[in-house]
Amino acid sequence: MSDKFLSISGLKKHFGNNRVLDGIDLEIERASITTIIGKSGIGKSVLLKCIANLVLADEGKIQLDGRPIIQSRKTARQPGGVCFSYMFQNNALFDSMTISENISMPLLETTSMSTHELHDEVEGMLGRLELGDVSSSYPAELSGGMRKRVALGRALITKPQIVLFDEPTTGLDPERKFSVLEMIANYRKQFGFTALLVSHDIPEVFEISDRVAWLDQGTLRFIGKPEELELSADLELSRFLDMANYGRNKTE
Amino acid sequence: MIRTIGSSTLCVVAEFGGIANFAVLSIYEFCCQRRRLAKWVLAVHEIGVRCVPIVAIVGLFTGLVMGLQLYYTLARLGAEAALGDAVALSLIRELGPVLTALMIVGQAGSSLASEIGIQRNDEQIDALQTMGIDARGYLVGPRLCASFICFPILTACFDLIGIFGGYLTGSVLLNVDAGVYWNHVFSSVQFADIYGGFIKAAVFGFLTITICAYRGFYTHLKSSSRGVRGVSESATRAVVFSSVAVLAADYLITSFLI
Repeated sequence: MSDKFLSISGLKKHFGNNRVLDGIDLEIERASITTIIGKSGIGKSVLLKCIANLVLADEGKIQLDGRPIIQSRKTARQPGGVCFSYMFQNNALFDSMTISENISMPLLETTSMSTHELHDEVEGMLGRLELGDVSSSYPAELSGGMRKRVALGRALITKPQIVLFDEPTTGLDPERKFSVLEMIANYRKQFGFTALLVSHDIPEVFEISDRVAWLDQGTLRFIGKPEELELSADLELSRFLDMANYGRNKTE
Repeated sequence: MIRTIGSSTLCVVAEFGGIANFAVLSIYEFCCQRRRLAKWVLAVHEIGVRCVPIVAIVGLFTGLVMGLQLYYTLARLGAEAALGDAVALSLIRELGPVLTALMIVGQAGSSLASEIGIQRNDEQIDALQTMGIDARGYLVGPRLCASFICFPILTACFDLIGIFGGYLTGSVLLNVDAGVYWNHVFSSVQFADIYGGFIKAAVFGFLTITICAYRGFYTHLKSSSRGVRGVSESATRAVVFSSVAVLAADYLITSFLI
């Protein structure tokens, strides 16, 4: 079995005259955490949505575990299939469902678990996310940080092999931000999933990332380990990192 | 000009094809999903049970007004005794299915279009897709299947309450003999009238729920505005297109049944 779990080559996407992705090539190893950084509106979320097949790419190939992504998604629950999750930037919780219903939904709709097993799984997840007290509340009754954790719980409840996180720590206080990033790292160790993150939390997100990719002008202009970032000769990247406060925090 | 007419026609045909494809795929995907009965029962409650009060009220007042209007028209011809025939046949054949469908569109159709539209804007539909749940099957399929049973049943309620309304004005207020009224109702209505009304109701149900769900589901593509305004536009258009579809389909079905 290849170490390259997710493979993207020549991916292009444009909206009108705006060429958002202009030939993305990226290979992601199994059970690794890769973070995509870049300015706002540069196309990071579009890249994730192309991988999730929510946005159709104009050109290019996306392969998951050696098979085209569409085929992998269709056979997700079959033997050898790839179970896949996506955590949305705005959480995309079902606002007419309680927290426990939101978290249990993927299992309820896609597996044949008994009610007892389902209850145990959901209770376990609620406990780990410190959401046990609000299990019967509705998303609108929770704070932004709690909603983020619910979305995280829903993304991880199916024990996916690959999870796409679209800005998982946006809107969280520093303590919760660190806790969510730590949770992603811990869950990665526990379940062994492959994670692809889009984040603006520089440099905090580098602590959990195995690799970092910098998206600029429609292409990935840097792909490497976090410690290799400062060795890059790309002035644009240095400027971006300076702007993102990377240098100051690094010194601290 | 010919080019404009041609391209507009192609657009309309493509839209009809899109709607038909959407309906068929919604039902197919729903049939492939888990917990079908629970979802269907919930949809029957949403479309059917919640609409009972409005259908009953409109049915009663329609019957009352028809009793009043038809009584004075028939009285000029000395045929007051035929009030039961006139009220029952016009309700069962035409007014029952059409007005019931329009009431359900106003109540359930508009809320369906806005609910699905909001889910689209909040990325809840995308979330379903990423979970491996087909959004059409989950959100639209149960409602379409529920419409096949809800519309005919609500139409039957409308007809019965309307006929009772006709009795209230005709017999209680205007002194048409109650026995004559009911005798004319039972003798005039044939089985073909009843099943013709039910066929209409089922077709109207399928058309209206499909159109409302389609407008909501593709609110991001079909509306000229975005966000809340887009959803509001989708809901309005869903109600308008559904109402026109009901009237057009009524004419077509009546032409075949008569």
